[in-house]
Amino acid sequence: MNRFDYVRADTVADAIKALGTDPSARFIAGGTNLVDLMKYNVEKPGRLIDITRLPLKNIEEHEGGLRIGALVSNADLAYDASIQSRYPLLASAILAGASAQLRNAASTGGNLNQRTRCYYFYDEGTPCNKREPGSGCPAIGGVNRIHAILGASGACIATNPSDMCVALAALEATVQVSGPEGNRAIAFADYHRLPGDDPAKDNTLKPGEIVVSVDLPATDYGPHHTYLKLRDRLSYAFALVSVAAALELDGQTIKTARLALGGVAHKPWRNQEAEALLQGKPATRESFKAAADLILREAKPQSENGFKIELARRAIVRGLEQAAAGTPQSQSDKRIQ
Amino acid sequence: MLSESGSAGADVKIGITLTINGERRELQVAPWTTLLDLLRERLDLTGTKKGCDHGQCGACTVLVDGTRINSCLALAVMKDGAEITTVEGLAGLAHRQGANTLHPIQEAFVEHDAFQCGYCTPGQLCSSVGLMNEGHAKTRDEIREAMSGNLCRCGAYTNIVDAIEEVMHQGAAR
Amino acid sequence: MTKQISTGAGHDRFVGSALSRVDGPAKVTGLAKYAGEFSAENLAHGYVVSSTIAKGRITGIDTSAAEAVPGVLKVLTHQNRPSIAGEAKAYQDMVAPPGSPFRPLYDETVVFSGQPVALVVAEDFETARHAASLVNLTYEEETPHTDIAAQMSKSYDPPTKRGGIKPPPKPWGDAGGAFDGAAIKVKQRYRIAHEHHNPMEPQASTVVVEDDGTYTVYDKIQGVANTQLYLTNAFGLKPDQVRCLSPYMGGGFGNALRPQYQLFLAMLAAQDLNRSVRVVLTRDQMWTFTYRPGAIQTVSLGADAKGTLQAIRHDAVHGTSTFEDYQENVVNWAGTLYACDNVELTYRLAKLDTATPGDMRAPGAVTGLFALETAMDELAYATGIDPIQLRLANYTETDPVEDKPFGSKALKSCFAQGAQRFGWSKRNPEPRSMRDGKELVGWGMACGIWEALMMPSSARATLHADGRLEVGNSTADIGTGTYTILTQIAADALGLPLDHVTTKLGDTNLAEAPIAGGSWTAASSGTAVMKACRKVAEEVFKLARGMDGSPLANADFERVVFARGRIEVAGDSSRSVALTDVLKAAGKETIEETESASPDNDFKKKFEAYTHSAVFAEVKIDEELGIVRVTRIVSAIAAGKILNTKTARSQIMGAVVMGIGSALHEESVLDHRLGRFMNRNLGEYHVPAHADVHDIDVIFVEEEDRANPLGVKGVGEIGIVGTAAAIANAIHHATGKRMRELPITVDKILAA
Repeated sequence: MNRFDYVRADTVADAIKALGTDPSARFIAGGTNLVDLMKYNVEKPGRLIDITRLPLKNIEEHEGGLRIGALVSNADLAYDASIQSRYPLLASAILAGASAQLRNAASTGGNLNQRTRCYYFYDEGTPCNKREPGSGCPAIGGVNRIHAILGASGACIATNPSDMCVALAALEATVQVSGPEGNRAIAFADYHRLPGDDPAKDNTLKPGEIVVSVDLPATDYGPHHTYLKLRDRLSYAFALVSVAAALELDGQTIKTARLALGGVAHKPWRNQEAEALLQGKPATRESFKAAADLILREAKPQSENGFKIELARRAIVRGLEQAAAGTPQSQSDKRIQ
Repeated sequence: MLSESGSAGADVKIGITLTINGERRELQVAPWTTLLDLLRERLDLTGTKKGCDHGQCGACTVLVDGTRINSCLALAVMKDGAEITTVEGLAGLAHRQGANTLHPIQEAFVEHDAFQCGYCTPGQLCSSVGLMNEGHAKTRDEIREAMSGNLCRCGAYTNIVDAIEEVMHQGAAR
Repeated sequence: MTKQISTGAGHDRFVGSALSRVDGPAKVTGLAKYAGEFSAENLAHGYVVSSTIAKGRITGIDTSAAEAVPGVLKVLTHQNRPSIAGEAKAYQDMVAPPGSPFRPLYDETVVFSGQPVALVVAEDFETARHAASLVNLTYEEETPHTDIAAQMSKSYDPPTKRGGIKPPPKPWGDAGGAFDGAAIKVKQRYRIAHEHHNPMEPQASTVVVEDDGTYTVYDKIQGVANTQLYLTNAFGLKPDQVRCLSPYMGGGFGNALRPQYQLFLAMLAAQDLNRSVRVVLTRDQMWTFTYRPGAIQTVSLGADAKGTLQAIRHDAVHGTSTFEDYQENVVNWAGTLYACDNVELTYRLAKLDTATPGDMRAPGAVTGLFALETAMDELAYATGIDPIQLRLANYTETDPVEDKPFGSKALKSCFAQGAQRFGWSKRNPEPRSMRDGKELVGWGMACGIWEALMMPSSARATLHADGRLEVGNSTADIGTGTYTILTQIAADALGLPLDHVTTKLGDTNLAEAPIAGGSWTAASSGTAVMKACRKVAEEVFKLARGMDGSPLANADFERVVFARGRIEVAGDSSRSVALTDVLKAAGKETIEETESASPDNDFKKKFEAYTHSAVFAEVKIDEELGIVRVTRIVSAIAAGKILNTKTARSQIMGAVVMGIGSALHEESVLDHRLGRFMNRNLGEYHVPAHADVHDIDVIFVEEEDRANPLGVKGVGEIGIVGTAAAIANAIHHATGKRMRELPITVDKILAA
């Protein structure tokens, strides 16, 4: 871990000012990813700005939905009564991720900004275009069983590790950010980016910007949702594939569908074409398979991760079945519903 | 207001106050010192263990203001003003709550043989107390899931769940 | 042959009971100190810089930036290190396999990825860590070879055999011909992955420089004698200059049998700086030394229609380093476990550009029995015979390899009691015939076998005038419960309450004992402690008889019992003397005896000694998604006398958990282009978590054994052997898919 300045900010404006234009400055809240990366010398900030004292810790009513302060911990968010009753999909996704200890420390904003999952990215002894632009991507043709099947590029095939963000993508959240040029809203689908030629950038935050809240729109999926996470051990592991699904049903007909995948791409993967395909269709396995096929039409395997395409296909179908049946996946009973 | 401190590369120490196991301490810490290293290297509280130093094993779990976290990923300077309970303070915690020797969870771990080498044990214990404070886990499945952030390579898992279940049912949590 | 004697002249009061660990309070309060937790005045901290290449040479090291960091004391490299022993032989520890051990910072040659190439020593840990990131190395890289499949063609029969590891026996009968002629044949290839031990405590050494120039070394080691031997040889020290301690160890599983490079580096720095130094490895550096080598095996079984084995052939190849021939017993088990007239077993090594693999819990048996016991299940299906019945049909009461009977073998009881507890009779053998909702249910079983070993060991027992007894020797309690069982044995031997007995371990100042490994500690150190206590009992009895007006004046030793802190005439408690009174009358502060115990050679000439198990596994697998849950394990163990049913049960449960890891989770993945393990962390190298472990039912069947006076056989390893095969067989039963490669991850289930 390198040496750095430490600054404590008391207001959002101070935090933005402290960040300034210093490209080596980083905000720190829970630290669960940043400190981890610093110990591997992947992140070497010149200055850390402690934002844990900013007044961004509330969950409030907002335009019929909820506004989640960027510093609400993952645990507080998951167990919040209004989140549990109105956005159980989000609560479930959060509880599917990490561990109780990490969820207690990790913040909402930090969860959005956690870096990708890739062995090579974390290993400074190997090249990585995300860590050292232009150095190459040894995951391609290397150890890539866990890597992306959708939206990858020739420069990077890493995946976004978040569970919470998969639910936020399905729920069509909005990310509120503040920066030197004022405040702006970013639709969740636009917040994370695909690697393209510039995998060093994970998201569309501009220099100097800070996430202040995440807004959830009003929804009414009732019990028709699920977060289904498939992984290499039954807890405390990243997703091979995860599915956030929510359905609005009219009898057995799908009125609206929301579907996002985790563990398969550089960002939470949402395909609105597939959601549109489901609209007006009967909530049957055939419809779900068609949606899965559509989503995975573009999937490309790497040398070791071809199985994830079939696994994703089956997970999508099962996730939609769970949502349609109103039997969301339990995160503690590991039997898959 | 900003509280600027130090410049990159210089060995600057920042003054913080922590209440550790009931004892208030004024400390000077470098910004890069984790809570775990502070406890183990500076304060000789080696009960809190370093298993992975990356939040992937749970051996370093402590209670910060009653909440369990991985102390390896917490910069000490950021916990200024917090109340920290480590395994060394669990008995004291029980004492302040009216018990006289070990915390009931410590007793239960011994009785149920909920450890072998003992290295993950302080983290398992603090995590168990944190779990009971949270009050979400009730069934064995829920306990297992909520304790999954604490790896035990000796494989004492079943006994750990037995111990937690017993203490939970005694209502002796907190 | 050893007479079955009671533990001293006392009653068995504690031995055999479910006593809680005596070191429990120290462990649950955080007071138990591990190697990296001992402090010293002026302690300096070392941080290891690891190579990023797997093979080649260092062409340049720039340490200037690191040295410029305030607080850095020294950056040690091969270029500036103090003069050290040159000969590789000087680095050979007690359990080194044949070859030329790795010498840290010896020269510019790099022979494995993650090899230590520099040690940064600083005033504090964080400074050392920071400066380590500033050491700049350049390399000339050669292509590494780390793919065992690619190296198979160059595999070889190791020319020098490793001590303690029997090479495969000479073939008997005609395995090839019998296989060809057999009515039913199974011939399959099986693979297991490289696994790393990953004990929770990373490797650590604290070298304390004492005022008189001697060293006190706290080392993470499964036997301090090995640390002392290594340091005295490599650094030219005398044993009395180096006291080594390892009172507690945060998990071993074989990973700390050999002194590792952090010890060497800590001593090197301590000598160079004349300061106390601690070096603790990071978790990712735990992938830069010993591991369970992945293996490729072929098992061929030929049988008649009744399932009687006509031919067994087991061929195994596993990896070793380029500089040592690490060996384990992978294939011999097939010859010992089943009766068969035509057997051929072969075992070869393939050189890989990695660190030397090493013993990991039941080394060789985990590997070999996965293949053998999966093949047996395949044969059960091929013949249509129940898996237990098939094993009974080929049961042997003698070891065919040595042509000697087993001293004891209660494997049949394991089958019977395990099957009963598990409910095996309700099993429909048809694959895919059992389900629970969306999940397929599978029931599988397998056998386990491990050697029942004993090593020469000594122990000291000291009875104090106040009635306290102290026993101990230099072996380690690596979490197995050694402190507890030795305390039980000692308390019973002298009839003392437990709180009067203290056991001390892990200190070279104590009586010499072997490394804790191989499941031999209970037999070896247990017998030595028992003998030392018995000797103390004899001495104190002699003194008691000589006391003025002694109520024991006419008693002989065989007719007294030691109980309640007294010596009593058996059956007449009115004639007794308190131990404290005996010492007082004799004017003695202590009675101290050191005794040695060795394996019974008469017994060994006549009998073979093994522990056995029958493991039953239930899995539930989501049919569509292939996600496996191990919902139930019954492990029935035949391991002689169980000294402590609580700690022994934990040993088996823990080993079963590691077996679940081996079956479903654990794999250290190499990028062969880089020769580098890539998932070097506990987030990506999966060991079972709480959520993966459900009910584990442990049965200890009655088994009387006479290989040693305690009747124990050891329980550290047997619980893992066969567990992976039982799970793989259960997965087959559930899905109809045969899993021949570990770990059985979801991709393999979907692909099959």
